[in-house]
Amino acid sequence: MNDQYKYTPADFKSDQEVKWCPGCGDHAILSSVLKALPEVAEALKYKHERFTFVSGIGCSSRFPYYMNTFGFHGIHGRASAIATGVKVANPKLTVWVPTGDGDSLAIGGNHFIHAVRRNIDINIMLFNNEIYGLTKGQYSPTSKLGKVTKTSPFGTIEHPFTPGELVLGARGTFFARSVDAEVGLTKDCLVAAAKHDGTSVVEVLQNCVIFNDKTHADFALDKETRAEHTIVLKHGEKMVFGKNRDKGLVQIGMKLMVVKIGEGGVTIDDILTHNAHEPNPGVHMMLVNMRYPNYPVALGVIRDVPDHTYDDNFYDQVESVKSKRAIRCVDDLLHSGETWEIK
Amino acid sequence: MDKSHVVELDDVVIRFSGDSGDGMQLTGTLFSDTSAFLGNGISTFPDYPAEIRAPQGTVSGVSGFQVHFGSRKVSTPGDFCDVLVAMNPAALKANACWLKRGATIIVDNDTFNEKHIEKAGFQTDDPFRELNLDGYNIVRPDITTMTREALKEIDLDPKSITKCKNMFALGICFFVYHRPMEHTEHYIDTKFAKKNPLIATANKLALQAGYNYAANTHAFANTFDVQPADLPKGVYRSISGNQATAWGFIAASEKSGRPLFCGSYPITPATVILEELAKRKDLGVKTLQAEDEIAGICTAIGASFAGNFAVTTTSGPGLSLKSEAIGLAVMTELPLVIVDVQRGGPSTGLPTKPEQADLYQALWGRNGECPLVVIAASTPSNCFDYAFRAGKIAMEHMTPVLMLSDGFIANGSEPWRIPSMADYPKINPPIITKAPEGGFMPYRRDPKRLARYWALPGTKGVEHRVGGLEKDFLKGSVSHNPANHQNMVNIRAEKVARVADFIPKQEVMGKKSGDLLVVGWGGTYGHLSTAVSDLQKEGKSVSLCHFNYINPLPHGVREIFKRFRKIVVCELNMGQFANYLRMNFQEFEYLQYNKVQGLPFTVTELKEKFNSLLTE
Repeated sequence: MNDQYKYTPADFKSDQEVKWCPGCGDHAILSSVLKALPEVAEALKYKHERFTFVSGIGCSSRFPYYMNTFGFHGIHGRASAIATGVKVANPKLTVWVPTGDGDSLAIGGNHFIHAVRRNIDINIMLFNNEIYGLTKGQYSPTSKLGKVTKTSPFGTIEHPFTPGELVLGARGTFFARSVDAEVGLTKDCLVAAAKHDGTSVVEVLQNCVIFNDKTHADFALDKETRAEHTIVLKHGEKMVFGKNRDKGLVQIGMKLMVVKIGEGGVTIDDILTHNAHEPNPGVHMMLVNMRYPNYPVALGVIRDVPDHTYDDNFYDQVESVKSKRAIRCVDDLLHSGETWEIK
Repeated sequence: MDKSHVVELDDVVIRFSGDSGDGMQLTGTLFSDTSAFLGNGISTFPDYPAEIRAPQGTVSGVSGFQVHFGSRKVSTPGDFCDVLVAMNPAALKANACWLKRGATIIVDNDTFNEKHIEKAGFQTDDPFRELNLDGYNIVRPDITTMTREALKEIDLDPKSITKCKNMFALGICFFVYHRPMEHTEHYIDTKFAKKNPLIATANKLALQAGYNYAANTHAFANTFDVQPADLPKGVYRSISGNQATAWGFIAASEKSGRPLFCGSYPITPATVILEELAKRKDLGVKTLQAEDEIAGICTAIGASFAGNFAVTTTSGPGLSLKSEAIGLAVMTELPLVIVDVQRGGPSTGLPTKPEQADLYQALWGRNGECPLVVIAASTPSNCFDYAFRAGKIAMEHMTPVLMLSDGFIANGSEPWRIPSMADYPKINPPIITKAPEGGFMPYRRDPKRLARYWALPGTKGVEHRVGGLEKDFLKGSVSHNPANHQNMVNIRAEKVARVADFIPKQEVMGKKSGDLLVVGWGGTYGHLSTAVSDLQKEGKSVSLCHFNYINPLPHGVREIFKRFRKIVVCELNMGQFANYLRMNFQEFEYLQYNKVQGLPFTVTELKEKFNSLLTE
């Protein structure tokens, strides 16, 4: 009876009116998520009631209200901590964390890196619009250096985080990146994230139409721009990109380089093959750090390395201690160790 | 050998003190356990520095452990000691103020040399004169030398040999107070024999040598006997407040059928609760050492949402960090127990010293109208019961409960008659197992308690969203409606207030009317009850009204208060509970007795105060 895991996007959509601004990238992400969940349910044999969304604060964090799943709208920055508790309490749940660059990299930076370090099996969807939207336009930890915002009227003087670099630095096992408008790619990344055991981080480069419009436009404005200035990585496939798929990446020493296939004797054999399962983060680190205009921006599943998860280790330990136990109930516990009788 | 004269005593206080590496906590614990097995009433309190190894030989590095044992039930570790064991001059200096007049002082004479005397900060070369200790019974055995002599045949390094001197001192005390050594020998065997049998042998020899020294010399004119106390029959164990708190939560988990989850961050003096729970994987206890205090409570809230009995443990500074998340638990109306083991504040304050100054923070330290249940344990062993009750209230009323403990009862220990879990009530959380007709409404409530229902993720048909935004009073969807907000504020307050219908009526110790009513709450119970019962035995018209339930206050308080001529509220803060009572029962006049020194009350000062109030 495989039917019991068959759902449609409508099964996951709540009756709440979606209140993001018209033109906000979040609408497209919501659509990707609604498409991804039926696929996840079928592939992993998850019933509807196992899906749980946990968020913090910010535009992105309103997400759970728009899902007809279990949902918890928490407090600013703490979503991954709350989600960790949910997953440890009931490891059968599939736990999703919609979050933003302010929520998870500023106020929640500590919880974010520790969730990644523990490798607890939750799926973090990081909507990166490089701005604070809900508080109306202040710079975020991913805003570009020099960015003029309401709290940086003369430009920021802070270096931004690259989320992928942070994930790798925290020994992350899964990192993927997409662009809000690429609904299909985002969906694929989310399905891959769900299939990965451990903390999965999917960064979606998202446009805030009101406070930071076109922040990703240089490389992501439209299909044509994206074809030329982004590269969609697939495990086991050559790292090629461009409208005509005539450009590729090669490694020269400790650096990646963009080359044109067919020019200067470069053949397809010279082009790097993407290995998302490689534990050594060296190439993955170079990939997440590729920036326009010198490089295409890397999209797709960049890293997907199997490793022990926190929740598996957690329950393995509980079971192993239980199997050797002498204490089976509270009465046993109270009488354990030194006792004496007064007659 | 002269036979010493045997004197019978009702109770004795011994304070073991030395450098923080001298093993004084262990020495004190072994003495107290041995006395407990003999059937004495016991209360103990460790007094140790915040630093792990403060500079050796200095006053700031002195670690102490006080044991009070008696031929009746003992409720405090004792104000002043009959015997002070001081392993160096610094220990003598730090503890001289805690001596009873004419007390016995046993020092390791070997350490009373120029170097150690100077390190302890004495101005002269005669610490005893400098501290004005004429008239005290000072015994000055060369403990280090005699320990080395006794162990000269043992093939151990000099450092390990010298470390056994605490056992020599313990041997002396065992002789003087007629205690058997079997328990200590057994402890030494189980602790050291596997690792290094030589260390076990050395410790046992040192213990025996100390015992023999005391028996063979004339250093002690008398020895003392303290008869067993007339305690209720049963099987007993020794328990500290923190251990009892941890175990009380496990009991609440067992009685509710909800797995126990503890998300915490280490902080003195609360850490032991997390440590005790971490040991209990055999009972399926889940512990998560979080990256910070906020993550501690947030993982607990997540676990509660997912259906576990969730707790988080902390002390004052950590409670400050958890404030916003406590508000979230109030708003989402999820069961959660927050333990605050209070210490001296503000800020980092006095990490290892007790105080009761977090009461305001517990009651009101959050944004918005944010009521929750506040309860306070009052003895080391009743931390078990109050942790259990905190869990019961949290789960049955769907509310966060803040349980107050403090460094004094958390670290203090006492004998505890082991209860049977059959005598504890079942806990019935309002879990919903399937969608009701017409669909699940997350904020529909049980009309009696006003608790909403607990719909666990994974349950078909009850998918719902909760969160920190104000919710519609039924559907739980986000609502900014003005009347709805008023409605929700009212109902959250009423839900907490109704807990008063489910807790015991306030009681009074002693006559129900009289001249003076002593009022206290939480960890001061031992001292207040001892002082009040001493005065009652003298025929004074004084009673004690001690509170464990703070918010809501139990029923029956007004009826008690109005039957006394004077009310004095005693607490280890500047009057927080007194003000809370003024707010709740404005018609009474409240006198105050406050102390904020990082120390418990002494029974002596309490009795003086009460006597002066009775004669005024």
